[in-house]
Amino acid sequence: MYGTYLRRELVGRKKQTIIVAAGLAIAIALVMIVNSLAAGVRDAQAQALESVYGVGTDLTVTGAMPEPGEGGGQRFDFGEEGGATGEDGTTELSQSQLVSEPMRATLDASTLDTVTAVDGVSAASATLSLTNMTFSGELPAAPDDTTTTEGGTQGTPPQGEGGGGGFGGGSFGVDSFTVLGIDPTSTAVGPLSAVEISDGRALESSDEGGNVAVLDATYAATAEVVVGDTIDIGGEDFEVVGLVASTSDEADTASNVYIPLDVAQTLSGVGAVVSTVYVQAESSDAIAAVQADLEEALPDTTVSSQADLASTVSGSLSSASSLITNLGTWLSVIVLAVALVLAVLFTISGVSRRTREFGTLKAIGWSNGRVVGQVAGESAVQGLLGGVVGLVLGFAGIVAINLISPTISTAAAAETSTQGGPGGAGGGPGDGAFGNAVMQQGSTDIVLQAPVTLWVIVAAVGIAVLGGLVAGAFGGWRAARLSPAEALRSVG
Amino acid sequence: MTEIAPPALTKKPLTSFTTTGDEDMTMIDTGPAGVGDAPTAALYRLTDVTRTYRQKQRVIKALTGVGLEIGAGEFVTIQGPTGGGKSTLLQLLGALDRPSSGSVMLAGTDLANASDAELGRVRAREIGFVFQGFNLIPTLTAAENVDMALEPLGLPKAERATRVAEALAHVGLADRTDHKPTELSGGQQQRVAIARAIVKRPRVLLADEPTGNLDESMRDEILAVLEGLCAEGLTLIVVTHDSAVARRAHRRLRLDKGTVRDITR
Repeated sequence: MYGTYLRRELVGRKKQTIIVAAGLAIAIALVMIVNSLAAGVRDAQAQALESVYGVGTDLTVTGAMPEPGEGGGQRFDFGEEGGATGEDGTTELSQSQLVSEPMRATLDASTLDTVTAVDGVSAASATLSLTNMTFSGELPAAPDDTTTTEGGTQGTPPQGEGGGGGFGGGSFGVDSFTVLGIDPTSTAVGPLSAVEISDGRALESSDEGGNVAVLDATYAATAEVVVGDTIDIGGEDFEVVGLVASTSDEADTASNVYIPLDVAQTLSGVGAVVSTVYVQAESSDAIAAVQADLEEALPDTTVSSQADLASTVSGSLSSASSLITNLGTWLSVIVLAVALVLAVLFTISGVSRRTREFGTLKAIGWSNGRVVGQVAGESAVQGLLGGVVGLVLGFAGIVAINLISPTISTAAAAETSTQGGPGGAGGGPGDGAFGNAVMQQGSTDIVLQAPVTLWVIVAAVGIAVLGGLVAGAFGGWRAARLSPAEALRSVG
Repeated sequence: MTEIAPPALTKKPLTSFTTTGDEDMTMIDTGPAGVGDAPTAALYRLTDVTRTYRQKQRVIKALTGVGLEIGAGEFVTIQGPTGGGKSTLLQLLGALDRPSSGSVMLAGTDLANASDAELGRVRAREIGFVFQGFNLIPTLTAAENVDMALEPLGLPKAERATRVAEALAHVGLADRTDHKPTELSGGQQQRVAIARAIVKRPRVLLADEPTGNLDESMRDEILAVLEGLCAEGLTLIVVTHDSAVARRAHRRLRLDKGTVRDITR
């Protein structure tokens, strides 16, 4: 009879049942979608981070940012023998330099030993971030009179393009790519832990001191370089021994070119320094303690955890994360609160409208518990109905998002500063054209997926049950307080 | 018009009261005043019952020093002006309320000092209610409405179904079991309410203006049902404004300004 009465009441009061269930359903669907999107954004962040920092990196140690004014642009100096002059008098210039990244401080190489000695550190690896810049172009023969030369325009150089010059027609380009010096003996932690060899081989311990390089597959395709080719790094030839690709389809690897650390240090002339030390803690529980110990042991460095690293992921992924965290969460909370309040008010209002009914039931011997059970049961079923509809709506929303597959761009801050800028290109050839082919490494488009996790389903069902229980508790409390005599007296 | 089936309810053994000569029995009737056999055992005994309500700052005396005894199987009507205390008395008799002072004994149970749970049990087993507005649950069928009264008794499903069918047949609605209240006439709805009241086989049936919402022919129909039940031994206490109903009772009581007097001729 309990079930019959419950069913008849819910069917008989369709409007109330539909409003309460719909309110809860919308709230549940929103919570599911927001949770799912949040999980998707977290995955995207992790994916973006993995491509840059590798798998298993818990902490990174970097040098403190240099003061403004330090560093500065790179200068190319050509001596008298700096170029080859052809028969037509045109001088071809080309110079390649391997330089440390501007605005990026370095650490003494001994930092790695200090890190390794800290309790709780299971593995560590150091890298040196560099940029290879190649200045190349043609300088036409110097005019011997004031007539216009072919292909050039004589005249005063435009303002703001440097002073000097007096003839034109030269064409110059600055080509650059990122180079990461890595320890070939220790690639379990660090950028190369999240890559796969797509061709050739990885760097090996025997490569120490050798002019060998491994290239990012995407960069190699762009630069039309294959395994076995030779590339110019810092004015020296390097043999390409392998190509690596990110394990993520959407992301590139951390750098364009990877060379042995010792070679990178020597060639760049920076000495025994590194840019970043990647640290793996023995367990996730130990990360905080290791971070604290590292900060104490290396006071002049910046020690970042995964959470800190996540905040460096910028681009629309950052916006999406912020949107979901702020607007999405608050929207869910507000809709959920409204739905709960609506369910409670409707239930209490329903009990008030059914005063005669409950008074009669108490008069014919129904106990308080039985009446409360009836009210609570009706509310619980309304909540469950809302839960089921909400699950369907939520799944539909998640499927729709996954079908639409919105693309969001990610950019890890650590990699966005790779553009050095053609600092040394002074002079002012009138019509000189400066190319800039810097790879925007680390900036990738990631398709946002909204995964359905057990937590999302548990949250949805939990909210449905909670909504029903809260509404039922209030309604039941109201019904329990109803004295049969007063109930019958009040309805006359 | 549906034919009313003859009464066939199972009677319960009645509990007798023992009384002392000192008690105030001024309101106790000494014999039957109407049709049917005279009741022989007292079912209710009310002694110096007072019921007051506090309304804002005022204290309202609904009943003042009421003493009353109602025998088992009696058909008693309570009349009186609005606000005279009729409904209050009915609620005390129905274990819906407790007196402010005095005692209300029902078959040996002191309702004045019983717990809420005890009062609930008494209502579930001993007392049937019939209301002026029928008070049926609109979403349930006639049979389901009647079945609601058996819910607290915890009877097996088969027995419940049998009892429901019997009760509805008893009031002449065997062919309306699956009808909802809105599909029934006022008289039929009141008969469903009576079936709901008697399906538990109570000792007493309390009716508050049971014919108040009915026309004359339906009133007679309902009265015939009630008289039939009384003839089977069911104690009948009816609050009514209708003199035609009151005239058919064994005993007529009048409540005015919280005091009761017997107006049976």
